Amino acid sequence: MRAARSSKLRDAAFRIALLTCIGISLLLLGILLVDVVRDGIGQLSFDFLNRFSSINAKRSGIEAALMGTLWLMAVCAGFIVPIGVATAVYLEEYADNGRWWNRLIEVNIQNLAAVPSIVYGILGLAFLVRGPLSLGNVVLAGGLTLGLLVLPVVIISGREAIRAVPSSIREGSLALGATRWQTIWRQVLPASIPGIATGVILALSRAIGETAPLIVVGAATFIAFNPSGLDSQFTALPIQIFDWISRPSNDINNYKPLAAGGILVLMILLLAMNSIAIWLRNRYEQKW
Amino acid sequence: MGASAPLKRRITGAKAPAVEGAPTERGERGEAIFGLRDVTVKYIGVPAVRGIGFDITENEITALIGPSGCGKSTLIRCLNRMNDLIPGATVEGTVLYHGQDLYAANVDAVEVRKRIGMVFQKPNPFPKSIYDNIAFGPRVLGMKGDMDEIVERALTRGALWDEVKDRLKSSAFGMSGGQQQRLCIARCLAVEPDVILMDEPCSALDPISTGRIEDLMLELKELYSIVIVTHNMQQAARVSDRTAFFTVELDKGEQHRTGQMVEFDETDKIFTNPSDSRTEAYVTGRVG
Repeated sequence: MRAARSSKLRDAAFRIALLTCIGISLLLLGILLVDVVRDGIGQLSFDFLNRFSSINAKRSGIEAALMGTLWLMAVCAGFIVPIGVATAVYLEEYADNGRWWNRLIEVNIQNLAAVPSIVYGILGLAFLVRGPLSLGNVVLAGGLTLGLLVLPVVIISGREAIRAVPSSIREGSLALGATRWQTIWRQVLPASIPGIATGVILALSRAIGETAPLIVVGAATFIAFNPSGLDSQFTALPIQIFDWISRPSNDINNYKPLAAGGILVLMILLLAMNSIAIWLRNRYEQKW
Repeated sequence: MGASAPLKRRITGAKAPAVEGAPTERGERGEAIFGLRDVTVKYIGVPAVRGIGFDITENEITALIGPSGCGKSTLIRCLNRMNDLIPGATVEGTVLYHGQDLYAANVDAVEVRKRIGMVFQKPNPFPKSIYDNIAFGPRVLGMKGDMDEIVERALTRGALWDEVKDRLKSSAFGMSGGQQQRLCIARCLAVEPDVILMDEPCSALDPISTGRIEDLMLELKELYSIVIVTHNMQQAARVSDRTAFFTVELDKGEQHRTGQMVEFDETDKIFTNPSDSRTEAYVTGRVG
């Protein structure tokens, strides 16, 4: 009986310890949210979205940063979807795991997912902005750098989505006289699109908040025009926020609320993207 | 596509060459559609089934029976080259289809599977509508003609048309297991094969669905040749014309268990008056 009571006590203590840990992380998140919302909610308006950055805090807005971020995301998506899906298809459907080079590719993709983002920034600077491609500090270079950064995420989630398609579907298709490519294109990929799309959105939601690589590839901190194309200079939301926070504020020009407003916009975008990913996953999840 | 000669179907007079050890022809026996000559299948060098030789006759139902692990599923997968898909699987000996070696260098496995359809153990409908499940094969093979007619004809032959004609656009996953398996049979019929291979097609079904599929098989043998692997001896006795009995034995001095064919004969004879004592023990239920 005593043993039973003490183990019951230990059980309860463990439970409380776990709940405390959850409580601490939720509390911190809550404080952060409340703080940002309190500072930034007053900024959210149509004008805030529709104005360029300015020395005058009262006339500042995030239009250039928002448009820059949207451009970056478009370039990034256009890069990671075909390359990521093709890589995932190769690794899952064609690669023979008995060959050392395929295992090498696999290990390296997993390693790439863990490389700090600043390293990708340096890579982008050396190969895209300057060096062989010499694109300059433009939208294309920024988007591709972010694409390289999140490509492993797309490949890994794409592989999981493709692996989730049971082999009986492939066998059924091949047994009808379909070629391997027809089987992949008409059966495997359509069945794995929800999983792939979820992975792509989650990858983009990681890319949208990245600051360090964009600083390295030379995103402008102060810009008063929207990107006009792939070869245009740009800024992005995290860069703009960083700029506002690092500026000295005074009674006349207080940039801190602008930064909070920018964070709110970024967070709303992020939450929207993640919600779409969750919705996609639940709506189209295939029960085999 | 590669340099693959299309598999030409020999029309008349092309009897498979008789080989020593092959069973002798019986009275009114039709033309041999498959001829197996000393077939051995190995997985990564380990034989799963060894030294198989018999003929499969056109417009008959040929049953392969035997205990688990005796290699009957492995053997049936040689007949449409599905074993090609398993890394490390090799086929030795000769598999003749209308007198032509299925494993000759100029034979394309995709061509083979167009003519030799397969139904699997677990119903494996594609995650598409009933209509698209049937239409998939004809579409990838580029078959000419009105797709609605092709679908209706296949579903009618598969004894499914009356049950599903009002919900062709609904998902195949909404059907019962037995209906799904008949859909898989109909899907296979849609590409107008010559032979239908069935790998334990009823093992996941209830007795009533099993009965419907057996009735269907008896109807289909007028038009097609059928090879069926079954664990269910009563099923073999009910539907098949000829039966091959397999057993599994430990290799001499080795660790591996290899399947072998004990006896191949008319089904009546196998079940009432088998020539081998092992067959008798199995069909009377004393072992297995």
